[in-house]
Amino acid sequence: MSDPGGKGSASLSRRTFVSAAATIPVLAQSGGASAQKTPAVDPRAPLPISFKVNGEVRTANLDVRTSLLDALRETIGLTGTKKGCDHGQCGACTVLVNGRRVLSCLTLAVTIHDQDVTTIEGLAKGEQLHPMQQAFMEQDAFQCGYCTPGQIMSAVACVKEGHANSDTEIREYMSGNICRCAAYPNIVAAINQAKAATLSEG
Amino acid sequence: MRPFIYSRAADAPDAVRNAEAKQAHYLAGGTTLIDLMKLDVIRPDTLVDINPLRASLSKIELSGDRLTIGAFATMAEVAADETVRTAFPVIAQSLELAASPQIRNMATLGGNVLQRTRCTYFRDASYPCNKRAPGSGCSALHGVTRTHAVLGVSEHCIATYPGDFAQALIALDAQVELQGRAGSKTIPFKDLHRQPGDQPQIETSLESGDLITGFIIEGGPFKRSKYLKIRDRESYEFALSSVAIALTLDGDVAKDIRIALGGMATVPWRAVDAEKMLRGKPLSDAGIVEAATTAFAGARTTPNNEYKVRLGRQAIVRALREVRAMEI
Repeated sequence: MSDPGGKGSASLSRRTFVSAAATIPVLAQSGGASAQKTPAVDPRAPLPISFKVNGEVRTANLDVRTSLLDALRETIGLTGTKKGCDHGQCGACTVLVNGRRVLSCLTLAVTIHDQDVTTIEGLAKGEQLHPMQQAFMEQDAFQCGYCTPGQIMSAVACVKEGHANSDTEIREYMSGNICRCAAYPNIVAAINQAKAATLSEG
Repeated sequence: MRPFIYSRAADAPDAVRNAEAKQAHYLAGGTTLIDLMKLDVIRPDTLVDINPLRASLSKIELSGDRLTIGAFATMAEVAADETVRTAFPVIAQSLELAASPQIRNMATLGGNVLQRTRCTYFRDASYPCNKRAPGSGCSALHGVTRTHAVLGVSEHCIATYPGDFAQALIALDAQVELQGRAGSKTIPFKDLHRQPGDQPQIETSLESGDLITGFIIEGGPFKRSKYLKIRDRESYEFALSSVAIALTLDGDVAKDIRIALGGMATVPWRAVDAEKMLRGKPLSDAGIVEAATTAFAGARTTPNNEYKVRLGRQAIVRALREVRAMEI
């Protein structure tokens, strides 16, 4: 039913049906007749934003309250990044902004204007998986898979930050990503497996 | 989340101007603000995005004995800075033992010191809370208070100040640089936060529009220093009890000693009486234990949090012994 590749197909899926059926928000009109020279700013008026996602420029008009997480998932359609807690406590929403790992649920999309975002969809080069993705598979570093995109993004950044020198350091510097399935030992193993290749990959 | 007007500031004076609106809040890393806006605890009419100020207000500089850190430096940047790590370990540790790597990449120092309490009743808008809704009552007083404060409390509020970096700042007598409506000024960090008293909704001495631009620590380096943090989880968890120590030893005499306590009080807390007992004397185990007891002489506990007095005493003892034993 759904398109696992997420490359956007024309076939009907649960996700596309629900999106189409939802009411399309109408651009709010400015308040009543105004005697002011400049019209009052309408807090509900969408703002235009533009930022790069996985190398591609994306533009949208968004409600200012939209989180980067929701912009990625709902507006742009990149659903690899997950909403775990939506309050910055689980790390499932971890993406890279200008190469740094951040929580997209606590980031307003409007503040990412002109920045570079990398999501889990942006790690592989065509059909070739990133060494970290490959290692997570080979080391069986996930069960349900829900925390996994955030774990992988965090792991890549952790290695590049220079914080993967020992198991102890890995556990400490991956502590921002929670796994209810407790795949932790295998996550550590996967990071150990992929760290050299991750560093040389750049 | 309620709708708000979003504006972006070009520089500090621009930010202060933009914050004219009564319910305007500054947005930097957003790790506290966006969280609390989602909970409907904070309801700004206007958000002034001050992220454009990061580039000009993030410098870390040690000049002689004076350390200055721009308020927009992130927790991660400062924790990783070699000068801070070697000359002011208590600062680096107070930052790297806090939050998570992702949050440390986002969070600025200025926002960090202004973080709000983790009190579950404050964070849940369905509960009466004198801090969130003045005069409505304190739900914590007869509620679950395992993580609540025992120092600096009042019958109106017992919410703990949860930050770590602030303990290092208050221990080292830091100063805060502010940009406000009347221009720029510098205040002692210890004057930034206010105990709840009968107005728990007033947490700081900041005036409307005031923007923190930097921190100054003089009298450095403080190489013999440490931040000890005790919590339920090994990592990514707030302190049940924490201690910031800076010690200057002359032989076995504690020429100067600074002790600050986290997880214990409603504001960043300097254990002044404990310091007085130890300053200028040989730092003995017996003296350490006595001082640790004194630190909690004024504690007011509830059944859920009376364990904090013993935990806090033991944390001070352990921290002092470890700092005394450091090889400098």
